[in-house]
Amino acid sequence: MFELTPAEWQAVQLSLKVGLWATVLSLPPGFLLAYVLARFQFPLKSLLNGLVYMPLVLPPVVTGMILLLLFGTRGPIGQFLENVFGITIAFKWTGAALAAAIMGLPLMVRAMRLSIEAVDRRLELAARTLGASWWRAFFTITLPLSLPGIIAGAILSFAKSFGEFGATITFVSNIPGETQTLPIAIYSFLQSPTGDGPAIRLAILSVVVSMLAIVGSEWLERRVTDRVRTV
Amino acid sequence: MSFDIDVEARRGAFHIAAAFQAAPGITALFGPSGAGKTSILNMIAGVMKPARGRIAVDGQVLFDSAARIDVKPERRRVGYIFQDARLFPHMSVENNLLYGFKLAPPEGRYASPEHVTALLGISHLLARRPASLSGGEQQRVAIGRVILASPRLLLMDEPLASLDDARKQEVLPYIERLRDDLKIPILYVTHARAEVDRLAAIVITLENGKIKAA
Repeated sequence: MFELTPAEWQAVQLSLKVGLWATVLSLPPGFLLAYVLARFQFPLKSLLNGLVYMPLVLPPVVTGMILLLLFGTRGPIGQFLENVFGITIAFKWTGAALAAAIMGLPLMVRAMRLSIEAVDRRLELAARTLGASWWRAFFTITLPLSLPGIIAGAILSFAKSFGEFGATITFVSNIPGETQTLPIAIYSFLQSPTGDGPAIRLAILSVVVSMLAIVGSEWLERRVTDRVRTV
Repeated sequence: MSFDIDVEARRGAFHIAAAFQAAPGITALFGPSGAGKTSILNMIAGVMKPARGRIAVDGQVLFDSAARIDVKPERRRVGYIFQDARLFPHMSVENNLLYGFKLAPPEGRYASPEHVTALLGISHLLARRPASLSGGEQQRVAIGRVILASPRLLLMDEPLASLDDARKQEVLPYIERLRDDLKIPILYVTHARAEVDRLAAIVITLENGKIKAA
C-alpha cells in the first residue's frame, strides 16, 4: 500500500524542491519584514502588515491570479525577468516556488515577529554599553534569542509551501514533472476513476508532513519563551 | 579622571537640564522617581540623545551638540549597571562576564577576570546560567560584567532597588569595595537616603529635572 509509484514520487520530489526553494528564498525578506514589523513604528505600517498577511485570508485563486497578472509572460515583472535575465517563471516549477513562498510568508513572518518581539530590547542596550556595535548586539543577542522562532517560521513556511494548492495551480497550472506538486497530483488522481489509492497515499503523506511541522514549530516557539525569560 | 556633564533634554512637557562634574569616587544623583535621574544616565551612556549639551572625559568629547559630536554607546567606555541585572539569558555566567571584556581594547583593560570574580565573590558561579542565580548573585555578576569592560565612568541606576533588604546588605559591601578599588568616577542614582549616606562623597539632588543643591 505504501509503495509510491514513479508518478507519485515525482510529485513528492517536486513538492520538496518547491518547498525548500520557497522557504530559502523567503527567509531573508521574511526576516527583514518580521524585524521591521516587530521593532519599528512608521506611517503605513498597517498597510505593510496587511499586505504581508493578506495571502492568509485572500482566496488563493486570487493570489494566483495576481501573480499571473504580474509575473506571467505578459505581466510587467514577468516580461522584465524574461528580457533582462532570461528567466521564465510562468508555468515553471520556479513559479510554483514563488507562489508557495508568497503563501507561506504570513506564517513565517508571524512566527519570527513574535519571537523578535519577545526579545527584551534592554538586553541589546546593555550589550551596546558593554562595547558591542549594533551588528554585534544583533548577532550575539537578538538573533540567538529569537532563533527557535525563526526556525519555527521557516518550518511553517516549508509545510505551507509543500502543500500549497490554489495559488499554485492558478499561476503555473498542472504540468506533471514541472508544476504538479503533491496536492495538485492528489487533485488529478481524484479526477480519474482509478486514482483513489494514490490519492489516499499522498494525502496520508501530507498529513504526516503537516503534523510534524506544526508539532515541531510549536515546540520551538515554546523554547523561545524559555530562552528569553529574563532574569 | 573626571567627567564634565552638561545636558538638556525634553520629554514631552518635562524639561531636564543638569550640569555637573564627576570625579573618582561615588557621586550620588539623588531625588524622587520621575526627577529625570535615569534620563541623565541614559544621555551619558549614549542611549538617549540630549537636545543640547556637552559630555567630556579628560578633554575627550563624547557628545557635543554644537560640534555635532555624538560618540556611539559602544565607543564611550561608559559602564552601565541597571536596576535589573539584564544578564544575557542564553549565556553562562562566565560568558556574560567576558562579553564586554573581550570587546574592550586590550591596552585599556584594567580589570582581570580572576580579580573581579574574587572581588565580587562570584568565582564559584561561572558555569551557571543566569536564571539559576539569586537576585543578589545576578546583580553581582552584572556589576562584574560591567567592570570587566574596563569603563572610564560607571553609571549605577538604583542597583539595589529590586533587591530585598537581605540582598541589599549582601551587595552593598561589594559596591563599597568597587568604590575603593577602582579609580574611576561612579554616578550612583538612587532615591534611598540610606544608600546616599553610606556610599557617596558628593550628593547632587535632582527635582523636576533640575539640580536643586550640589
